Amino acid sequence: MNLFLIALVTMGGLGLFFASVLAVASEKLHVEEDPKVLAVSAALPGLNCGACGQAGCHDLAEKIVAQGDLTGLNCPPGGSVVMDEIAEILGITAEAGIKKRAVVKCGGTKELAAARADYQGVKTCAAAELVAGGYKACTYGCLGFGDCVAVCPFNAIKMGEDGLPHVDELKCTACGLCVHACPRKIIELVPCSNRVVVSCNSKDKVAVVRKACKVGCIGCNLCVKNAPGAYEIKDNLARVDYEKGDAAAEPAVAKCPTKCIVKL
Amino acid sequence: MDLLLIFISAAIVNNFVLSMFLGICPFLGVSNKLEKALSMGLATTFVMVLAAMVTWLINNLILVPFGLPFLQYVSFIIVIASLVQFVEMFIKKTSPALYRSLGIFLPLITTNCAILGLALLAALREYNFLQSVTFGLAAGVGFTLALCIMAGIREELDLAPVPEHFKGAPITLIIAGLLALAFMGFAGLISG
Repeated sequence: MNLFLIALVTMGGLGLFFASVLAVASEKLHVEEDPKVLAVSAALPGLNCGACGQAGCHDLAEKIVAQGDLTGLNCPPGGSVVMDEIAEILGITAEAGIKKRAVVKCGGTKELAAARADYQGVKTCAAAELVAGGYKACTYGCLGFGDCVAVCPFNAIKMGEDGLPHVDELKCTACGLCVHACPRKIIELVPCSNRVVVSCNSKDKVAVVRKACKVGCIGCNLCVKNAPGAYEIKDNLARVDYEKGDAAAEPAVAKCPTKCIVKL
Repeated sequence: MDLLLIFISAAIVNNFVLSMFLGICPFLGVSNKLEKALSMGLATTFVMVLAAMVTWLINNLILVPFGLPFLQYVSFIIVIASLVQFVEMFIKKTSPALYRSLGIFLPLITTNCAILGLALLAALREYNFLQSVTFGLAAGVGFTLALCIMAGIREELDLAPVPEHFKGAPITLIIAGLLALAFMGFAGLISG
């Protein structure tokens, strides 16, 4: 009975002691956090994907509140919905962000794009790119080992049977991680409203492109002629002006001799 | 000499993770990146040293004099949990940079069996204060060592041709087993 009492008092005392230490500590060592930062932080998706360029969602929240407006700061996965919500917390109106998705600008499937070597090394694009500029005849085209698939936090990219990654537009949040993961910078974030894209990344001259790939851009200028204003040729590669919209760009789809301008 | 023996024993020969199988949860959970593993190891080492000190005091100044060693489990858990909470608050207040690198691991350590095991073993072996602290430091170093070895291997593993069904947890467990076997090689290092 005596031991029981001693045990009770000791444990109670210990518990009380530590409880009061913690209670005092939580009061004394309390870190004042701006309620605005907490609110913004709660509005963000909390994925800590780093797509905004900050270390995590909390860092972005701190930066937004410190800056007071949203200039230059954006949460790509959250999109305009989240940015609107944050703008409301800050008491300002957000510019309407354009919803984008990742587009793989290469049509060189296993059948269409020639290989110049048999690559047996480490199965990542980054490694394959390091070995003499890749095993493909085209030094700009997709290597097909799926570094973009591996890095995508939303499972939005699948490697197809044809050796090219396919983006699921419904899942893609335009976070841009795949854009950075691709050693050849093939992936671009394109506004969802733009369906017409140039599905080639090759800056090689005609002769080289012809040998390397059946669907490579040869810089023939036909798109510029058939859809005035919507295209320009730079470094032997056609580029669409996304701001002109699909209507202006569409006439070139049928005229492109190598079929590298496609409508998704 | 005595302290050196305790240190080598706890850090290598009787490594907490690889020969006593304590703290397996963070060993498998936080060992996919070397940088993270090192931070976790350092945070755990810090808490282990602190816990070794405080639990020794509690044990020898309160529990033993009152004849209550059977309350070791309960009291050590209370002590360790509140200690870690306190340290977390303290770091958050004094050094936000340190909090960012170590702080996020502290809640993980609160209920880590390696810490409780450390406190109980030190009490069981009736170490004096200095020996307890050495024991805590060595256990932390050993934990960090095991975690970093594992993280290093797992980083390499990302590029290895692992059979489909062994990817992820299975191959990790196999490697943990092989590492434990390897550490058994140290068993004869200290006799007696």
